[in-house]
Amino acid sequence: MTASAEKPHLSREHLLALLRQMIRIRRFEDKCAELYTREEIRGFLHLYDGEEAVAVGVIPVLEQRDRIVATYREHGHALVRGVPMKAVLAEMYGKQDGCSRGRGGSMHLFDRATNFYGGNAIVGGGLPMAIGLALADRMRGDDIVTACFFGEGAVAEGEFHESMNLAALWGLPVLFVCENNRYAMGTALALSESETDIQRKAACYQIASEAVDGMDVIAVEAATRRAVHVVRETRKPHFLECRTYRLRAHSMFDAQLYRDKAEVEAWRHKEPIVRFQGWLEANHLVHPDDLACIESEVAAEIAEAVSFSEAGTWEPVEQLTRFTHAEAEG
Amino acid sequence: MIQPATTEITYRDAMREAIRDAMRRDDRVFLMGEDVGHYGGCYGVSKGLLAEFGAERIRDTPLSESGFTGAGIGAAMAGMRPIVELMTVNFSLLALDQILNTAATLRHMSGNQFGVPLVIRMATGAGRQLAAQHSHSLEGWYAHIPGIKVLAPATVEDARGMLWTALQDPDPVLIFENVMLYNMTGTVAADAVPVDIARAAVRRAGRDISLITYGGSLWKTLEAAAVLAGENIHAEVIDLRSLRPLDDATIMASIARTRRAVIVDEGWRSGSLSAEIGMRIVEQAFWELDAPIGRVCSAEVPIPYARHLENAAIPQVPGIVATAKAVLGRA
Amino acid sequence: MAEFRMPSLGADMEAGTLVEWLVKPGDRVKRGDIVAVVETQKGAIEIEIFEAGKIEQILVGLNTNVPVGTPLARIQTEREEAAGTVATAPSPAAPVALSAAPPSILAPVAPPSPPAPPPAAVARRRVSPAARRLAGAQGIDLSIVTASGPAGAIIYADVERRLGGAVADAEKKRAPGLDLDAMRTAIAAAMARSKREIPHYYLEHQVDVTVSEQWLTQKNAVRPPDERLLIGALMVRSVALAARRFPAFNGFYRDGKFEPSRAVHVGVAIAIRGGGLAAPALHDADQIQLDELMTRMRDLVQRTRAGRIRSSEISDPTITVTSLGERGVETLYGIIYPPQVAILGFGKVVRRPWVIDGAIGPRSIVTMTLSADHRVSDGHAGALFLAEIGMLLQEPDKL
Repeated sequence: MTASAEKPHLSREHLLALLRQMIRIRRFEDKCAELYTREEIRGFLHLYDGEEAVAVGVIPVLEQRDRIVATYREHGHALVRGVPMKAVLAEMYGKQDGCSRGRGGSMHLFDRATNFYGGNAIVGGGLPMAIGLALADRMRGDDIVTACFFGEGAVAEGEFHESMNLAALWGLPVLFVCENNRYAMGTALALSESETDIQRKAACYQIASEAVDGMDVIAVEAATRRAVHVVRETRKPHFLECRTYRLRAHSMFDAQLYRDKAEVEAWRHKEPIVRFQGWLEANHLVHPDDLACIESEVAAEIAEAVSFSEAGTWEPVEQLTRFTHAEAEG
Repeated sequence: MIQPATTEITYRDAMREAIRDAMRRDDRVFLMGEDVGHYGGCYGVSKGLLAEFGAERIRDTPLSESGFTGAGIGAAMAGMRPIVELMTVNFSLLALDQILNTAATLRHMSGNQFGVPLVIRMATGAGRQLAAQHSHSLEGWYAHIPGIKVLAPATVEDARGMLWTALQDPDPVLIFENVMLYNMTGTVAADAVPVDIARAAVRRAGRDISLITYGGSLWKTLEAAAVLAGENIHAEVIDLRSLRPLDDATIMASIARTRRAVIVDEGWRSGSLSAEIGMRIVEQAFWELDAPIGRVCSAEVPIPYARHLENAAIPQVPGIVATAKAVLGRA
Repeated sequence: MAEFRMPSLGADMEAGTLVEWLVKPGDRVKRGDIVAVVETQKGAIEIEIFEAGKIEQILVGLNTNVPVGTPLARIQTEREEAAGTVATAPSPAAPVALSAAPPSILAPVAPPSPPAPPPAAVARRRVSPAARRLAGAQGIDLSIVTASGPAGAIIYADVERRLGGAVADAEKKRAPGLDLDAMRTAIAAAMARSKREIPHYYLEHQVDVTVSEQWLTQKNAVRPPDERLLIGALMVRSVALAARRFPAFNGFYRDGKFEPSRAVHVGVAIAIRGGGLAAPALHDADQIQLDELMTRMRDLVQRTRAGRIRSSEISDPTITVTSLGERGVETLYGIIYPPQVAILGFGKVVRRPWVIDGAIGPRSIVTMTLSADHRVSDGHAGALFLAEIGMLLQEPDKL
C-alpha cells in the first residue's frame, strides 16, 4: 500500500495515528497559548484549534519529495509534516535552535529537510510561490506535487486569482487546499465574498475542485487521496475546499466581537477530535488505554520541547545582519 | 598583435544577447513576463527568442505581475534560474509585495534555509513623453531593501555583461534598464564576458569635482563634464552600476581626489538615492570635502506629458553644469 | 599658583601662535627671563615672564594659536614654594585656539574635539572640512591661508599652496624673522585705527644742531666706528628727558582716558628691509647715559631686523620717535601708534643759511615735528614740549 492509493486504508493503527496527530496539535497549541500568556512566546500567535483535521487529513497523504506552502496558522502543518516539535517551539521562543534560527517566529516556520516552504504572513502571498515551485517541477518533468494551504480570506486577494489562472493556464501540479474557517480575522465570509461557495471560484478557472467537511479527518484524507492522485496523473492543479471552524480567537489578542459564543459552542460539538474520537469509541477502535498512552506521549513530547526551548540559546547580536544574502561557504 | 573582434550593437541587442547567451549556457534559465514571447518584448529586447527557445522558456504571462513574480520566486527556490521581466517599473508596484515581502525576506526569515536566485528586469525612467504613470525612476526605492541587489547598467557593455553575473547570484537581483538607452549603440567584444556587479566605474577621470550618477543620467552627466572641461573644470564621472550595494570605496576615493561632489539622480529628490549617497559622503568623507554636496534630481511632480515640461522635470545637462559650477563657487 | 598668559603685545594683537618654548616643567625662572617665542603679525617675539618661581606645567603646545590672555603655563611662585604649597591648581581651561587675524575666529586644529563656539559678535570664518583636516595635520595656521573657495572659504588647495610655500616661509622667518605680509596687515590695522580714532594736531620746529654735530665729531674722533655716537641718540635722549617734564605726551590713552606713564620708554621706529616697520622700546631712555643708550639702540636695530624683538619692547613704548635719517626728507609727520599719544618726527640734518647774532651764516638745521593727541593735550603744551626738545638737542653736554 502506498500513500498515493486513492482510498484511505482504515487500519486501527492508521486511525490511531490520525487521532494521535490531532491530539498532538491540540495539546501543543494549548501549551503555546499558555506560554504566550507567560510571555515566553511573543509576536502574533495564531492557533489551529478546531482545524486539525485539515492538516492531519492532507499532509500524510503527500510524499517526502512533495512540497508544502502554508500560512501564518501553520504550527499543525509543520508538526504533521515532521518538523520536530522542539524546533517549532524553540522558533517561537526566538532561540537559534528554532527551525528558522529564531528569525521567523510563529508565522515563519521553515524546514528544508521536509520541503516545508514556510508560514507566510501575507494573506495570499504563498500562492504565487506555489505556482513557481510547481512550474519548476513541471519544466523539469519531476513527479512532485506542491500542496498550497490558504484561508478563505485569501480568496479575495488578487494573488489568489492570478495564481488560479496561472496554475490552470500552465498546467501546474498544485493541490490548492483552502482552509475555509468562515472568518477572515473577524470578517465573516458572507461579508467579504459575493460568491461564498469557494470551490466554484476554482471551477471557473477550469480547475477541478471539490468541497469537503473539514471537521472530518477521514473525509479530508479521502478527498486528498483522490485529489493528489489526479494531480500526479494529470499534472494539473486540483482545488480542495475544507470547510472547518476555528475554535479559538484569530490571534491571542482578539475579543471575538464578530461571533456569538453560542456559535462557537455549537461548533465545539462538531469539532474534529471529539467527533473522530467518539466515532472510534463507538466502534470500539480505541481503548481508554490507547488514549492515555497518546496523552502521556504527547505530554512528554511537549515537556521535552519546552525544556529544549528554554535551554536553547539566543543568536549573538553580532550575527544580526547574517542571512540577508548568501554567505560564502566555509 | 591581434585586435580582439568587436561589434557595434544597441543596448537592446546587448540585453537580448545576454539573455540568449544565458539560456544557451544554462537550461535552468528561462524568461517570463508580459509580452516577452509573441510580441517580442515591450521594448523589443526578447524579439526572436521565442522562435529559438520555445514557449516554455520564453514564457508569455498574463497581466499578473504579483502572480508571475511570485512564480519566479518559487521556481528559483525550486532550483531554476528565472528571469522575470516586469515591463516597466510602474507595473513592478503590482509585484512589490512579492519582491519585498517574499524575495527579499526569505533567506533571512527561513534562517538561511531557502534562497531566491531570481533576476527581475524592468524598464525605468522618463524622457519618452509617457506621462505620470509610465515615467518613474523608482530604483532608489528598491535600493532601500535589504536582501536584494539593484543594478543599473548604463553602457552597452554592462547591458551585455551584467545579466549572467546576476544569474549566478544566490539571491534576488533587480536590473533597471533606462528606456532612453535601448537605442543607444556601443561596442562590445565579440566574445563578451560577464562583468562584475559590485563596483562603480569611473567613466571620466577628473580632479575638480566628482559627478556621481547611474543609468540614463550617465550620458547627460558625461556631456555636462565635457561642457565643464571647456571652462577648465575637470569633472570626474562615476557610474554607480550597482545601486545596492553601493560601492562606497570608489565614491570616497573619488571625493578624496576632487573634494567636491554632485549627485545626479533621476529619482525625486526627497528621500532619494542621491540623499543616501550624500549622507554616506558626509559620514565617510566629511573631512575630504571642500564644499557642500550638490544634487540634480527630478522635480517633485508627477512626470508631465508635455515635452517641455517633462524635460524641465528631469535632470538635464545645463542643470548638471550649473550645479557643478555652484559647488565650485564659479556660478 | 600663578599663570603665565599669552601677553597682549599691542592694541591690535588678539592672538598669537606659540612657536617655541624656552623652558620646560621644573625649570626655575626669574622675572624678566625669556621663556617662549610667540609668532605674531609682527614676527616672532620673545616673551618674558614676570613671575619668579618654578615652571609647573606647560598648558599650550607648539604651533597653537591662542587668544591673548590664554594661560600658557603654570608657575609655582617663590612665595608658594617657601610656604610649601602643593600645586593644586584647577585643571587648566582648554586653550581656545583661534586665528590671529582679526576679526576672524577659527575652530581648533585637532579634529576630534568639537569646534569651540565663536564669540557671538565674531563671524565664523569658512574653512572646508578638507582644508581644516590638512591644516590640522600639517600644523598650518589657517589665519595665514588665503581663501579662494566659494563664499570666501578656505579650501584644500589653499592650504596645499600654503604648505608648498612653507619651506620658503621657514627660510624667510629664520632670516628676517618676520612675515612682512602679516606685518603690513598689522600696520594697516594700527594706522587706520589711529587715523580713525585719534584727533591729531601737528607742530613743526627748526633747530640749529651745529654745536651738537661738532660735539659729536669731537667725541667720535677717538672712537672705533661701532662705538661712535650718532645724532639719533641725542634726539631720543632729548625726547626722553623732555617727556619726563611734559607727561601729557608720555603714556597711553585707553578706555576713554589718558594714563600718563612714570617711566619713559621711547619707541624707535625701525625700517625693515622689504617694507616692514617696527617701533620697539628703548626702556627707561630718560634714565640711561648717552653711550649706554647708543649701545642699546644698536642692539635694538639689529635684533629688530633679525626678527627677535622682546615682548616688552613691543608693548611698552610710551612715546615714539621716528626719523628717516641721512637719506630722508627734511620734514615728516608721524602717525601716533595707539594707545600712545605722541610721536616725534626728525627730518634729515641740512645745511642752511641761518641768522646768528645778526649775521647770516651756514648752520646745520633739523626740522622736528610733533604729532600729538588732541584729546590729551593742546597746541600750547605741544609747542612748549617741542621747544624743550629743541633746547636739549642743542646742549649735548647736558644730555
